Amino acid sequence: MAKKYDTPMLDELKKGAFPSFITEIEKATETADYAKDLLGLLERSFNEKKTHWKHGGIVGVRGYGGGVIGRYSDIPDEFPGVAHFHTVRVNQPSGFFYTSDALREICDIWEKYGSGLTNMHGSTGDLVLLGTNTESLEPIFAELSSRGWDLGGSGSAMRTPSCCVGQARCEWANIDTMAITNEITQHYQDEMHRPMFPYKFKFKVAGCACDCIASIARADMSIIGTWKGDIQIDQKEVANYAKGGMDIQAEIIDMCPTQCMGYDGKAISINNEHCNRCMHCIAKMTKALKPGKERGATILLGSKAPIVTGALLSWVIVPFMKMEPPFEELKDLIDRIWEWWDEHGKNRERVGELIERLGFPTFLKGVDLEPHPAMVTEPRRDPFFFWSEEDIEK
Amino acid sequence: MSDLPERQTDIGPPHYEKFLPPVIKKNYGKWAYHEEKSAGVMVHVAESGDKITTVRVASPRILATQSLREMSEIADKYCDGYIRFTTRNNVEFLVSDESKVDGLVKELKDKKYMLGGIGSRISNVVHTQGWVHCHSAATDASGLVKAIMDELSEYFTDKETPAKVRLAVACCVNMCGAVHCSDIALVGVHKTAPRILDEEIKNMCEIPSTVASCPTSAISPNPKEKSVKIKLEKCMYCGNCYSVCPAMPIADPKNDGVAIVVGGKVANLRTVPKFSKLAIPWIPNNPPRWPEVTDAVKKILDTYIAGAMKHERVGEWVERIGWEKFFDITGLEFKIQHVDDFTFARETFRMAATFKH
Repeated sequence: MAKKYDTPMLDELKKGAFPSFITEIEKATETADYAKDLLGLLERSFNEKKTHWKHGGIVGVRGYGGGVIGRYSDIPDEFPGVAHFHTVRVNQPSGFFYTSDALREICDIWEKYGSGLTNMHGSTGDLVLLGTNTESLEPIFAELSSRGWDLGGSGSAMRTPSCCVGQARCEWANIDTMAITNEITQHYQDEMHRPMFPYKFKFKVAGCACDCIASIARADMSIIGTWKGDIQIDQKEVANYAKGGMDIQAEIIDMCPTQCMGYDGKAISINNEHCNRCMHCIAKMTKALKPGKERGATILLGSKAPIVTGALLSWVIVPFMKMEPPFEELKDLIDRIWEWWDEHGKNRERVGELIERLGFPTFLKGVDLEPHPAMVTEPRRDPFFFWSEEDIEK
Repeated sequence: MSDLPERQTDIGPPHYEKFLPPVIKKNYGKWAYHEEKSAGVMVHVAESGDKITTVRVASPRILATQSLREMSEIADKYCDGYIRFTTRNNVEFLVSDESKVDGLVKELKDKKYMLGGIGSRISNVVHTQGWVHCHSAATDASGLVKAIMDELSEYFTDKETPAKVRLAVACCVNMCGAVHCSDIALVGVHKTAPRILDEEIKNMCEIPSTVASCPTSAISPNPKEKSVKIKLEKCMYCGNCYSVCPAMPIADPKNDGVAIVVGGKVANLRTVPKFSKLAIPWIPNNPPRWPEVTDAVKKILDTYIAGAMKHERVGEWVERIGWEKFFDITGLEFKIQHVDDFTFARETFRMAATFKH
């Protein structure tokens, strides 16, 4: 197909070993015209070293306050094909599993009503349909939802929860990440589709402390699988690792952060009382070591990127919670946190920033959580602490 | 639009069980171990002895429907139609019938898919939209990823690194990608303050929320113009005001560029999760291949590979040798921008007399 614009800069990025996004955009010109103008606009950006997209306007589907991100070019006269180029966030199935039929169903709809370009997936987890016009939004939603698909979150709402592969295909998953993610998503549809929070709220669910979904860095609430009890050891497999050439002393014992392990040349011993469950030994000796038998999750709160007051990692608010359907204890905690955040949070204030502003003790009292040494790396260094009325002798 | 099917609301995503291969359904929660067969192939073995083979390929994340259809066809041929994506946007073909693995690998290679990303290697690069689709991008994302991964592809397909190396690219400091906790990451940054378009602010922006958006209180109301003013010496160019008020454009092609941050991780293995820290404050945007950026990334990666112990992530290696040593052996210049003066700065000052000369 003849190109609508010359794109020498972009053509350079079709070369090389790694799959090319330019090749993908060129493919999409076969099913719709959007991508032709996207190439022209993008070449312009590469030349001028600046973006040519404007702020999102308010667009969406009837009855929802989110799920669609408005996107407009700042030079629509020159590139009319991408004058509107809105994003539709489709809520992905937990664990990012699909069948070929399901993918083709999405492709059929998207080729008919949109640019044919997707992101598999967006940073929050959605299946992102990249680029359509305002008129196509309702038809897309009707086609999607009538076939069992729904939109994800955007704006000041619960954002689409996501998770690692979990128990579907990982021996380390201490919790059923996909079931938890699906349950949160279904239970809080209203909170996702009709923004009513101070700002965004993200959930990510990881099966173990390896945290393949980056929950501790990228979710307001991070749910990370863990265990209680002794690590299960298969000494025969330990011997096999040694036979296979692993330097167990150097790679496992010496790298244990709590120095709670020993190896006598034949067998591994673990002083489980001192294990902090970091996953190093289990991940490196997956045939020989398994987590303890009592499974659950550590709940952490607050992580976010640097805007506004600096990046935060989530920190522990519940050291151990059992995770069994229908996850009532978790949902009850979420409700309490949202209520407190709603009441005290300023516009565009993430829950982690609110806790920074008002204090962690205030949060703990506000959502009725008991303080626990696992919540801090060390107690406070200063002598400036509050007391309540009931602590005072009258 | 009467020919449209009837819409439904608040049904949520399809249940994942619809998309699980039978062998996964049968052995759900009962996997015993996995083995890495090669950079792009791993086998998970269940307690029952059942197996599932995963063949992983790289993806630019932006995928046209044609590519999804091609992957679907391949999945039909070898995987009974089952396919998934990883949290880092790799594509995974899920093979239940072991005898089909070799055929799948061959077809993927014939079709020029890039197999790899498993184990102690570089996996797919988490990244943002960049100039392809974002209004606040200070650099492109897909272009940077392509330029870097073309250079480092052998660390995806073959060569091992001391531990996993997680790369990420964010096109601005909003960091929609996990840049703030990655081994080596790039982030688009501005060096100049936003312009104030008084006439447009009047019509487009809400003054109180614009003032409140500034993390350093550099913005104050300008009642005379029904606009705002900026204390330039306080502005650190985050662009948050522009997110709230479109009449404060911050893009500046001559001064926008890329910062490199290193040493972050999200896993708890051995050491606690870490933020990425600043290695290079600014490199100019030089599309389409950003050679200065790819050179710098390679230099950091090579120094890490030469110096790290087995299983040591970039951040663990740097903490063991010390940041002063990191700047010494990478040859990167330590500038005034490396000394923190933002919210959590004090924790980063060296409160000890022990360091390396």
